[in-house]
Amino acid sequence: MRDETSLNPPVSIKDGRGGIEKKLTGIPRKSQLALLVAPSALWLIILLVLPLITMIGLSFQKSAFGPGSDVFTFASYLNFWQNSAYQGLLGKSLWISLVVAVMSIVLAYPVAYFLAFHAGDKQGMLLNILIIPAWTSFLLRVLAWRLILGSNGLLNTFLIWLGVIQEPISGLFYSVNAVIITLVYIWIPFAALPIYVALLRIEPGLLEAASDLGARPWQGFFKVTLPLSIPGVLAAFLYVFIPTVGEYVTPALVGGPNGLMIGNIIWDQFMRGLDWPMGATLSLIVMLIVLLPLMFIAKAAQQTGLFGGKSE
Amino acid sequence: MNKPQTSIFGSVYFVLMAIFLYLPIFILILFSFNDSTVLAFPLKGFTLDWYRQLGNARELLISARNSVWVGVLSSILAVALGSLAAIAMTKHHVPARNLFLSLASVPLVMPSIVLGVAMLVFFRKVLGLDLNMWLIAAAHVLISIPSTILIVMARLADFSANLEEAAMDLGANYWVTLIKVTLPISFPALVAAFLTAFTTSFDEYAMTTLITGTDTTLPVYLYSLLRFPRRLPVAVAMGSIIMIVSALLVVLAEWLRRWGTARTPKEERV
Repeated sequence: MRDETSLNPPVSIKDGRGGIEKKLTGIPRKSQLALLVAPSALWLIILLVLPLITMIGLSFQKSAFGPGSDVFTFASYLNFWQNSAYQGLLGKSLWISLVVAVMSIVLAYPVAYFLAFHAGDKQGMLLNILIIPAWTSFLLRVLAWRLILGSNGLLNTFLIWLGVIQEPISGLFYSVNAVIITLVYIWIPFAALPIYVALLRIEPGLLEAASDLGARPWQGFFKVTLPLSIPGVLAAFLYVFIPTVGEYVTPALVGGPNGLMIGNIIWDQFMRGLDWPMGATLSLIVMLIVLLPLMFIAKAAQQTGLFGGKSE
Repeated sequence: MNKPQTSIFGSVYFVLMAIFLYLPIFILILFSFNDSTVLAFPLKGFTLDWYRQLGNARELLISARNSVWVGVLSSILAVALGSLAAIAMTKHHVPARNLFLSLASVPLVMPSIVLGVAMLVFFRKVLGLDLNMWLIAAAHVLISIPSTILIVMARLADFSANLEEAAMDLGANYWVTLIKVTLPISFPALVAAFLTAFTTSFDEYAMTTLITGTDTTLPVYLYSLLRFPRRLPVAVAMGSIIMIVSALLVVLAEWLRRWGTARTPKEERV
């Protein structure tokens, strides 16, 4: 992205009519700038910042409503600290998210590589083929996986027909595995996109240089292509990992009692009216766990110019 | 890069991946024609009943109408807010630019449940509001702001400021220039941003369900149907129609985005 704006000396503007304000670049009048930015800034403050602040406040309350709402307490945080069930569930959610993110990236990388280097002029069309499923109904696609993994499902029927198994495998459905398979399926297109973009940015000259210097194709891949695509891989990791940590819909639909994640407990605290302060505390803990690595990676990226010095 | 070699492994892998990605969708479409209320194999026979019953499925149609209403309203607002901000970000030196852009990308990286819960608490406890569709639309504007800003910024960064300068030299003031020059130039991006926002809104479940009152959107209603399997086939029939329509919308959005940024060097496309 060009960044001429910061190079231009600030133009002082007093009167629009005199033609001082010739360019759209440069500094416009304050009122103009305010009109441009204020609506979205207000939206972000009212619907994002204030709700988050409210939730921080709620996490220190004894109860959400009634007399207990005036009592300041660390009870919810202590509860989390002492309750190994919460910690276990959080640990499991992080583990599932990690597995899902890594599997999605491993499965998506060859697709991205093929699109970037071997698809030729069909690139655009193949890219569309890849992303269209991602935009169709999330719930219905998860429902479809119930039909595939269930004990009378497509997979079992198919395997029995093949003669590989005699009895339906019952461990497929309502298990952690079902959650992982479904989520990997959901995320593959999202993981492929940033990797594809990163691969497109690699200058072909670099690979030619490597091969001119005697590198075999696999050496070229491991020494040039893979390292240069790391920003895309990291972005893909975050795209998948972050939403998965808070996921609760997929576990509720295909996970069964063993496949539940921390999001399901948060949902229960609020929607079954159990304990709003505890739910707020758990939400904040999830948010911190998710955002801290993100900030760390963003900072590292800025310092090393990992993302090609993009201005955002 | 423009001399693609064929890669047999790559092609086979891509085809297998495409089958993997489309298989669940085809299974659902298959079941929308299956003559049985039970969604399980083996298939029973062919029927169009579920599509015929669509016309009588009142609650389903109402929730679909709600979803369209929320989707259109929130997408128009998101595009308006997002493109104004994008103009400020690309054309002007904005104080605290990075702070704003970081804040604006938070909805993109925040787990839906955290967003939904935070809004639920804020609406109910602080503002004391009853949950309604206006609030759902407002929340959908929030989650679409990041994508609209990014899409419009990408477009605005592509063309030079010459046209705008020319308009101003010829006497147009700031807002006239925005409306007569900047707006038409960024039109493809605005449409792409609208379609992206609409598809996001139309399919949003995880956050929406937390702030849903008596009026439901389509995904929220679909989820509630999972407990009443008898009515599920009709929902699957509607889902099949929606999937095909949204696939067409995606193709349109993507085509517009590409058409809009056709002259950009590849490295700058995101």
